[in-house]
This record gives sequence, structure tokens and C-alpha cells, in this order.
Amino acid sequence: MRYHPHTPEDVRQMLDAVGAKSVEALFRSIPDELKLRRPLAVPPPVDEIGLFAEFRRMAGRNQVEHPPFIGAGAYPHHVPPVVDQLLLRGEFFTAYTPYQPEISQGTLQALFEWQTFVCLLTGLDVANASMYDGATATAEAALMATRLTDRKKIVVGAAVHPEYRKVLASYLTSTGDEIVTVPYGADGRTDLAALEKAVDGETAAVIVGYPNFFGVVDALPEAAAIARKAGALTLSVTSEAVAFGLLESPGKLGADVAVGTMQSFGNPLHFGGPAPGFFATREQNVRQMPGRLSGATLDKHGRRGFVLTLSTREQHIRRERATSNICTNSGLTALAATVHLSLLGKKGLAELARLNFARARLLRDAMKKAGFSLRFSGPAFNEMAFEVGDAEAVVERLARRGIAAGAPLGRWYPDDPRMKGALLCVATEVHTPELIELFAQSVRS
Amino acid sequence: MNFPDDLKYTRDHEWCRLKGNRAIVGITEFAQDQLGDIVYVELPDVGDQVKKGEAFGVVESTKAVSELFAPVSGKVVEVNDPLSDAPETINEDPYEEGWMIQVELSSPAELNDLLAAADYAKFVEEEQE
Amino acid sequence: MANPTGWKPSMEKGSGTAEGASTIGAGGGTRGLALEEPLVFEHGSKGRTGVSLPAPGGDFDPARELPKGLLRGEIEGMPELSELEIVRHFTRLSQWNWGIDSGFYPLGCCTMKYNPKSSEALARLPGFAAAHPLLHPSMCQGVLELMYLLERALTEIAGFAATTLSPAAGAHGELCGLMMIRAYHVSRGSPRKKVLIPDTAHGTNPASASLNGYASVPLASGPDGRLHPETVKAAMDEDVAAIMITNPNTLGIYESHIAEIAQIVHGKGGLVYGDGANLNALLGVVRPGDVGFDVVQYNLHKTFATPHGGGGPGSGPVAVNEALVPFLPLPVVVKEGETFRLVTDPRERPRTIGKLREFWGNVGMFVRAWALIRELGPEGLRRTAELAVLNANYLRAGLKDVYHLPYETDSLHEVVFDDKAQKDTGVTTMDIAKRLIDHGFHPPTIYFPLVVHGALMIEPTETESKESIDQFVEGMRAIAEEAKRDPEAVKAAPQKPIRARLDETRAARKPILRWRPGMKVE
Repeated sequence: MRYHPHTPEDVRQMLDAVGAKSVEALFRSIPDELKLRRPLAVPPPVDEIGLFAEFRRMAGRNQVEHPPFIGAGAYPHHVPPVVDQLLLRGEFFTAYTPYQPEISQGTLQALFEWQTFVCLLTGLDVANASMYDGATATAEAALMATRLTDRKKIVVGAAVHPEYRKVLASYLTSTGDEIVTVPYGADGRTDLAALEKAVDGETAAVIVGYPNFFGVVDALPEAAAIARKAGALTLSVTSEAVAFGLLESPGKLGADVAVGTMQSFGNPLHFGGPAPGFFATREQNVRQMPGRLSGATLDKHGRRGFVLTLSTREQHIRRERATSNICTNSGLTALAATVHLSLLGKKGLAELARLNFARARLLRDAMKKAGFSLRFSGPAFNEMAFEVGDAEAVVERLARRGIAAGAPLGRWYPDDPRMKGALLCVATEVHTPELIELFAQSVRS
Repeated sequence: MNFPDDLKYTRDHEWCRLKGNRAIVGITEFAQDQLGDIVYVELPDVGDQVKKGEAFGVVESTKAVSELFAPVSGKVVEVNDPLSDAPETINEDPYEEGWMIQVELSSPAELNDLLAAADYAKFVEEEQE
Repeated sequence: MANPTGWKPSMEKGSGTAEGASTIGAGGGTRGLALEEPLVFEHGSKGRTGVSLPAPGGDFDPARELPKGLLRGEIEGMPELSELEIVRHFTRLSQWNWGIDSGFYPLGCCTMKYNPKSSEALARLPGFAAAHPLLHPSMCQGVLELMYLLERALTEIAGFAATTLSPAAGAHGELCGLMMIRAYHVSRGSPRKKVLIPDTAHGTNPASASLNGYASVPLASGPDGRLHPETVKAAMDEDVAAIMITNPNTLGIYESHIAEIAQIVHGKGGLVYGDGANLNALLGVVRPGDVGFDVVQYNLHKTFATPHGGGGPGSGPVAVNEALVPFLPLPVVVKEGETFRLVTDPRERPRTIGKLREFWGNVGMFVRAWALIRELGPEGLRRTAELAVLNANYLRAGLKDVYHLPYETDSLHEVVFDDKAQKDTGVTTMDIAKRLIDHGFHPPTIYFPLVVHGALMIEPTETESKESIDQFVEGMRAIAEEAKRDPEAVKAAPQKPIRARLDETRAARKPILRWRPGMKVE
């Protein structure tokens, strides 16, 4: 077996050195009656060529010929080949947590650069070295808000990603904190009057999407003002990070914490995971922030370098009083995003964002021509919901043609009759004008 | 290791200096040595109540976190604010500049429960074994 | 060039990079050309970019649609570099790093085994990589099939009834497991209050317990490094929701009293949680589900060799017994006839604990893990455990006369030494670890588990050859010798990497956690 280098001679010599009669003897500390007495019931081994044939067959049963028109938290973007080729360097790929900083400067500097990118994009002071995903980052941010304010109520907009809200609920099951959900208005933004009513002196945090699940740029500055007046923190949630290339930063608009995912940079869809969750906040909150942190320092000769720092927040030191139980982060996917953002740079990020904006307008116009209007009137970035009659049926029909049409909003908002016909679609730089035209026509017939 | 005679000590490695009706509180040289380079300290606010034996704050080094336990009960009347910008003072001068809080005693009798320098030194020696 | 890193040629003299570092280490550690490289924000030139994008087309001006206050121009501070500059930047950064691909990486408890390259190629097949999580089921049967097959295999390997693939990492799996345990107890009237945790436990264990509102009760391990039934019996009552046990534990020792301990805990209605971080020692030899565990989390990035460069991502599937199946998080992958489906509707699984992450799991890792399981087959899986344990024991035999073993008890796949034997020299575990770097090895895990003062936890894994271990043993023995002969040289380590020991105190007292223009570290 190619991953097991031991020859029978190796094994013999090693058993001799150990003073054991057989490999079986090495397991004598396990009581015999507990041991498994049969081989594991998994399929017999396959060689590499057979392996590739088997996996190609399985991969072939997924229809990915055309880029999907679905966003809803995971976005189809072009990942330049440079990203993968750099990522695959063994010293990045096969390294682990940088516990020994002297031989992990590559990882540590790259994480420092990731942290900086997250701060630049979100307009906040400090960011951690990545979270599992946007949903858990949101839940952790809510928990941090309860710690910082010593309050027990979280107010969240119904237009925030439903998956994120479900995870928030799961995380808060045993804490005794209350979650209050505020409805959205006809324009797809959070109903500010309802928000005002829901936020009070017991509120730890107000959470809004930016853009929200509907692709609508929610009323972040207004929500932040309401929160601030009540002494609560404002959390902005972003799943389509390319939006940061066009929209003002959440920090500038009043968010105290910005969370979400940077999957849009450097990371393919991978059926939903893994991806780098991000978490950024203001300087004064840093000691309550979960997750790892890469910080700058000097070595004993005065040369600048990087180390994991402020580790006393974390589980391996604080144990039961840690800010979170998180250990492993999403470093490799964060590195991919870091490489991609470096490639894009100042000009490229703004260009990419404008390109996404433009493609989404092409989609809007093509859909309008085909007879489908927008469901929400609020401002959008690259994602919009269209009125298509029966969204689930459209998705089913286009699936038969190998086209992934969009996300039928009624699935997550079954109690809102207006959502039955709403199909949430995204258009990015990978959707050519021709494909967009073809799509709109296909939706019609 | 230096344990000044004019101070009283606890088994949690805090020291206590009596000044009229106040107790000045800090951590011992042994404690700062065990912790290593102190990077952060969290102290109560002036006006807070502290209770003997209960935690009043936290001290952190790069590798460890330790709660600070009140040797006596009372009201916090002064806090050594400069420590937040210069926590290393605790390492450098644990008994003077590195003082942490000053407590107005509510039960002066509690002072009798504290250890004298010689007893604390013996306690530390036994702990090391 | 301008050097924002603060490097000056004069620094090389005192750092031992000129003299004193010329001997070749036991692992082949020698000098090489390593280039200084600033932050990506610290060089470049206005207007440079590294991407190739089409023109937006049409006449769509965001300013006409979005209010001015919501718009932003180019972001000040973003780098401006050409593609080649970026390639060099990250290539140089990688050259400062150590990976499994570079050399021995014996981090105890982390199972740093070889990450197969064929797994990489397979995970990148467009059919997997380009699949959107919300594809209509008819469009993604292939990836659903893979998830189903992996779920069945992981269930069988650990000896349980079902497995959730959802958790993103081991700690996330612990959270999941404890949430299910809590839900189980709630369904029987009360969540209960405490979780029993041995003193050898990983820090994530008590942290996960806290996140579920449980108080952690520490249990002392015995002088043989094992948890004893009497200790558990004394602590077990009807307020205890569960005990969390790592088996083998973080000392690399099999908790051989597990069956009796499980009985004691079950006897008072509690459940037994297994931290599966050390499953590499047990594959095909013994199954947690057969010895009394109710729930166990996997770490695919350990046992199944999925890559986690930079500290993640991981993947922490959780296998459960029949009693906990109703509480599994969503989604659950099911097979109906010849079709595969994700159950995401709580109405189909009313007692689910809900969702723990967005979408379905770290699918990229599933492809890799399944590829390895397919290549190993039943014999290969068992051979993995056998060789992992053989390697650790061979290593132990090579060092036990030179380094102190805190426990005489049998080691399985990892062995813990400490620095007691070096006490008189003044050389500590930290110094030994740093000197190993100069020899050409990544240090083992140090100062964990906490029950051993100055712990050196070494896990070679099965993918290391006998020669690799011989070299490491040689290096460790050389350091022990050097500690007696010239302790200052050991304490000066490491001297060969691009940076010497870094000031962690400065990093914590004056945190600099991001670049800003004019950034200076003093």
C-alpha cells in the first residue's frame, strides 16, 4: 500500500527493537473482549486507476456544465488558476496550526494578511484568522454581544440568511438568550418601524444582512442608529463578499461586528463547504473575540515576524471559560481568499464588483423582456428575486435541461404567500451575456 | 524569593499591606514568576464590592490565565489603572508599583486568617515539592 | 529594496546564521537561501493588478441606482501588484513554512499523516468542486451518493447506528455531540447539570461543555495514566449528563477500564461521549460503539488525512447510537430506492437539534476522506492502526533510556516524554523543541497534556518510514547529549530558520493584528 512504507523486514526489525513478538501484541492494553473480531465492512480496496474511474462516474452525475444562477449564500465565481497552484504548494497545504512560529512564518504572515483584508473590506479594526463559516461566525458574534453587554436578547431580521438564523437558534438553545425576529417590508429590507419596537434595553445585538438573503442591501445605517440608541451592538452579515468592492464598508455605516463568509474569493462552491467564515470587530472588543489571531512582533535579533497571540482567550488555555470552543479554523480557504484578493488588488476588486453589478442588470433586463419583474424594490448588488409564477416548478423544469435556475424563496418563507413565485437569482462575472439571455428565455418556456 | 515581613499573604499567592482601614492588594513574587511575562490584567472598578476568597479579577500571561482572589472583604476605593498599559510592572515590582487594588475593610477580623511571611514562605516551599 | 521587515545584514552575524549553524542536523537540517518578503500591502505600484477581467459591458452606473452613501470607490490600502509579484510573494512565504511534505511532523494528537495527492485531484473534479449546495436533487446525485457512502462507512468504522457529516471540525463535533446529549436528557425531563471530564482532556472538551450550559467536573487520572472506575463512581450521580473520554487518551494510553466506566455512567442514566481525535490507533482493531460509547466525533483532518494547512479547515462528523439518532442535526442524507436525498425539513425529523452550520458539511473534505477509505479497504484501515502503533512504540524504545517517561503504561499511537531527565542541564522542553527545528524536524506537541509537566507528545503516524523515525531518534539523542555538553547552544535554538525565537510577550502586550500604513513593530 503506497502510503504505508513498511516492508516485512522493517516490521521485523522494529518489533525486535520494541521487544514485541507481533504487531498484535502491541495492542495488549486493549481488553480482548472489546476487540473487533471481523474485518470492517467497507468496500475492498481499489487501485488509483479504478479510484479515478469510480469518482469520475460519481462526479459525472452532477450537472455542472453551466454556471448555476443560484447564490443564496454560495456564489459561483471565477477562481484564477494562480490561487490553486499557490495553495497546492506542500508547505502551505500540508502545514498545520502555526504552534512553532519560527517554521510557520508563511502561514502566520498569510493569516496576518487575511486579517488585514477582512479589516479593509469591512472597515473595522480587527479580524480573526477565520471561522468555520458565515453561519457559525454569526452565532459566535451574537454570543460575544451577550458577553459584552451582559444582556440576553438578540434581534435579527427575517431577511438574514435562514440557514444562519437556524444556526443562531441552535447555538443559543442552552444559553437562555431570547431571539426576536423582525419582518421585512415590501422592498425587501428590514421593517424599521418593527425593528424600533423590538429593540430595547435588553437587546444585546441587532443583526441585519448586508446584502441580505434576498440580495437586497438592507438598511444598515438606520438599524445601527436604532441599536446604538438602546446600547446594543450592530452585527452585519455578508455572504457575497464581492459586494464589499462596491458597497460602503459596514464599519463606516455603524456596524460594531461584521461577519459572513469570504467564499466568493478563491474558493469554489464545493457543494457548500469548506469556506472561510470571517469575523471583524472594533478594537475594544478584541479580548472577547473568538478564534485565532496572528500578531506582529520581533524575534530576538530584532527582525519582524508573526505569532499566534492573545491565546488566553482560547480553549487550550481558558478551557471551560474560553470565549468559544473553536480550535481548528478554516485557514486553507482563508489563504485561497487572501491570494485571490491580492491578485485582484485595489483596481481589480472594484472592477470585479462593477462587473457583477452589470451582469446582474443584464439579467434583470433580460428577465424583464421575458415578462418577469422584480419581487423586491430595494437596492441590490448582484442578486435579485424575480416573480416567475411558480418558482419550484421553474427550478424543476430547468433542472431537466441541466440549468440550475435559482433558489425558490417560498422554501424558506412558506408563510409568506408573496414568496411562492419568487426565484432568487444571481449573476456574476461567470455568467456571459449570451448565457443570461438563454436563461431568461428558458424561464419563459 | 522575597516575601517582605510587613505583608500578609494568602494561599492563592496574593499579598496584603495594611494602611489604616485599607488593605492594599497585589500578587507575590512567586506568583509573577510562575505566570511568566504578564500581558494583561483585569481589575474591578472603584466602588465595587469584593468578598474574601472570591475572584476580583484576572491576570494573564502569554500561556496562562489566573484568577485573582480577594484576601479580605470590602469596597474597592482605588485601582492601579496604569497597570492596563504597563502590566509588566507586576513582574518588575510586585510589592510596590505592582499593587492592584485598595480595599476599605468591612471585616478587619479577616486579617487574622492571613499568613505571615514565614508561613507563606514555608507554604510555597511545600507546594514546590 | 526598502525593508519593512526591519531586516538588516548586520542581524545575520549575531543570529548564528553565519557561524555555529553550519552542522547538518539529524533530519538533514541545513542552511538554504530564504528570501525576506514584506507584507503584500507594503510593496507594489499604483495601478498594478494581477487579474484579467472582461469589460462590464452595457451602461450600468451604480450611482444611478444606489444612494451615494452606500457606494464606495477603490479601497485605500488594497495591494497593487502584478501577477508575478503575487506569485513570488506567496512562493516565498511558503518557503518559510514546514509541511508534512517537507519532513517529519510528529505533533501529538494531530495525526499529521501524508495527505494523498490523488485525493486532491479527485476533490477538484468539476462535478464536485463546481456543485452549488442548492442544486435540484436531480442535478447532484453524484455528490449525494458520495455523502451517503461516506456516512455508511464512518458509521461502520466507529460501530454506531448513524453519522452526521455536518460539523466543520472536531470541536464543532463536540458541540454537536453535547447538544444531542442535552436534547436527549431534556426529552427525559431535565438537561442535568454536569459533565465529567478527565484531567488529560483536550481544552475543547470543557469549553464545549460550557457552551451547552454544563459545569465541567475534572476527574483525576491514576498513576498509570488511566481513568479508574472508582474515580468515576465517586463523581457519578443523577446530575451528570455525560462523561467525555478520549480513547486512547492524550497520553497515548488506552483507557482499558472503558467498559466498566460506561456501565457506571449508564447506570445513573448518563451518556458516554467519545472524543475521537485518536482514532488512528484503533481503526479496524476496536470500535468505540462496541465498548460503551454513545457518541463519538471524528476528525477527518486527522484520521482521514484531509489537508488543513494554516490550521484548517477540518471536518468533524459525529457517529451516534440508536438512542441519539432522532436528535441528529440537519441535514441527514438518505437513500430512497436508487435516489439520494438530503432531509432538511425539521418536520421530517421533529427532534433534531437543528442546524449547526450553513449548508451540508465540508464536502470538499468528504471527497478526500472517501477516496482514502476506498484506497485502504478493510485491511488497509487496520494496517493503518497497526503501523501507527508500531511506529510510536519503536520511537519510544529508541528514546526511553535518554528521556524520562512519566508513565510506564503501554503506548498506542503516541508517546509522551518530559524534560525531567534534562533538569540539571537547565534545558527545557521548549529548548528541546526549538533545537529539533535546527536538525530538520517539526517539534512534537509541547506542554500538553497538562498532567505532565514539560510534556513532549510525539505521534509519528503510519505514513512515516523506519528511516524517518531513526533520524528523529538520532536527533533527539543528539540534543540530549548537547544539553549535557553545551546547554547554551540548545537554548540558543532555533538558529537555522528565517526567524529565531519570537517575542510572544510583546505580541500580547502590544497587539498588532493587522497592517496599517506606516506599520512599525517596536
